[in-house]
Amino acid sequence: MSGRWRIALADGPTWRRGAGIAAHYAVLGAIAIFCAFPLLWTLSAALGSQGNVFAFPAALVPHAPTLGNFREVFRVVDLARYYANSIWITFWTVVWTVLVCSAAAYPLACLRFRGRKLVFGAVLTTLMLPTEVNFLVNFITVTQLHVVNTHLGVILPTIAGAVGIFLMKNAFEEIPPELIDAARVEGASELRIFVQIMLPLARPQIAALVILTTVTSWNNFLWPGVVLTKSRLMPLAVGILELSGTFGSSTRVIAAGAILTVLPVLVVFFFAQRFFMRGMEGAIK
Amino acid sequence: MGGARSGLVAWCFLAPALVLLVLFAFWPVLWGGYLAFTEYKIITPPTWVGLRNFEDLLDDPVFFISLRNSLVYLLIVPAIQLAALALAVLVNNRLPGIRLFRAVFYMPVVTSVSVVGIMWGWMYSDQGLINAVLQWMRLIDEPIGWLSDDRIALFALMFVTFWRGLGWYMVMYLAALQAIPGEIEEAARLDGAGAWRRFWKITMPMILPTVLLCSVLSTLGAVKVLEEVLIMTKGGPISSTYTGLYYAYDQGIRAFHFPRALAASLVVSAICVLIAVLNFRLLRPRQP
Repeated sequence: MSGRWRIALADGPTWRRGAGIAAHYAVLGAIAIFCAFPLLWTLSAALGSQGNVFAFPAALVPHAPTLGNFREVFRVVDLARYYANSIWITFWTVVWTVLVCSAAAYPLACLRFRGRKLVFGAVLTTLMLPTEVNFLVNFITVTQLHVVNTHLGVILPTIAGAVGIFLMKNAFEEIPPELIDAARVEGASELRIFVQIMLPLARPQIAALVILTTVTSWNNFLWPGVVLTKSRLMPLAVGILELSGTFGSSTRVIAAGAILTVLPVLVVFFFAQRFFMRGMEGAIK
Repeated sequence: MGGARSGLVAWCFLAPALVLLVLFAFWPVLWGGYLAFTEYKIITPPTWVGLRNFEDLLDDPVFFISLRNSLVYLLIVPAIQLAALALAVLVNNRLPGIRLFRAVFYMPVVTSVSVVGIMWGWMYSDQGLINAVLQWMRLIDEPIGWLSDDRIALFALMFVTFWRGLGWYMVMYLAALQAIPGEIEEAARLDGAGAWRRFWKITMPMILPTVLLCSVLSTLGAVKVLEEVLIMTKGGPISSTYTGLYYAYDQGIRAFHFPRALAASLVVSAICVLIAVLNFRLLRPRQP
């Protein structure tokens, strides 16, 4: 309901209420500019073709707009290859994350077995481990598994995670247990119950997990940058840094590359905002 | 249903996740903890050297700079938490267009950190937008070397971390605010409690668990900051922006001194545990 902001703003006569709302929007607008201006400026630099990129305030509106920089960036680096790598890595990360995390969540939510509490505790513990430092030993591990400089090496360590497992566990726990019992009475195997009942009923949470994983995987740069040293294997988030480090690349061309890197994620985000917020809450709950 | 068959089925479902978690989440902690006390070059088996790697750390002035910077980084915790909470209060309403505002505030969170680093590198450059605006407003004559001045660079990086994290914590606080039943606030309002009083007496106690969680997460995030440094300054100028984890990255991935890198990351982890415990002690709601 609209109660809360009325409570905040509704004291006093109409004109004061109006002024209050106007001030509210002014503050929101100022913060929106603060959050968006680096992206807007980059977009303007990528679209413009003439004049000083950094001139203020002139550079905020692209002068002689063109798509030339976007064509140029595909010529300077193999951006199409980076794109293909990003799509490939993200796709398989999402598929395996959803499968592995839901499979692990199913017994935790719906089966009674010895060691359940222990497994639950272990998964919970991974949230508290200092995982940010894991990349060092993980690099040694993937070296010894001979998956350095492969996409498999990028994907493997990111598949199983507490967030995904808890999100799916919460989803499965909301499904009425009678449904599962009925299926068992009719002799359905656990695998069949999982595939034909649980997964379809958890579609909203799967969607949330898909979107969260897509964005995380697409944006991930530290780990892929550690595992992959060959340029032809790199995803966009790593490749764009190669581009910006290349001697002589113009600011406008790099800006075009930056826009192309973030565009898919921003599109996904704006269309699936609801899932995003729900995904976060679902995992934390 | 119960019994051995059910147990076997359960473990089959769990196996892939458990194998991966053991290999990539538990093993690194255990093996890394051990390797920090060894001499190890991947190709040959590790040999135990006791505390030597830690003694080497003590001899390295850059490591002290790194630790100091990681602690200085903690300054962003109160800033980001206060700003995010204020922002959550601002967007916790049904004004027309509020969803769009929330999305815009969240945008930096979903922007790839590589691109964030590149963009802010431009913002901060000598002819960059920030210097251009300041000069246009006649606040400064000479451009400020945001990333090239060793007294400023760390704070410039902290600002980027602030910009990146704001929306994330805003969403956390927004979820907490929206979980407060409207009737409670309505009742307090009818009792004549002012907005400020209502916030401190009703809202704040109810969102305290979220405040606690967010402060801990943001503290740990600040101590473990790495990506901004790696993309924007690589520890420079003159080692002024090394952080604990960037030092570990630099020693391990660039120089292949894995034991020393792991010793450094062990120190960072110990600091994290200490801070998390302190945080819980200080902020735990005092209940009778």
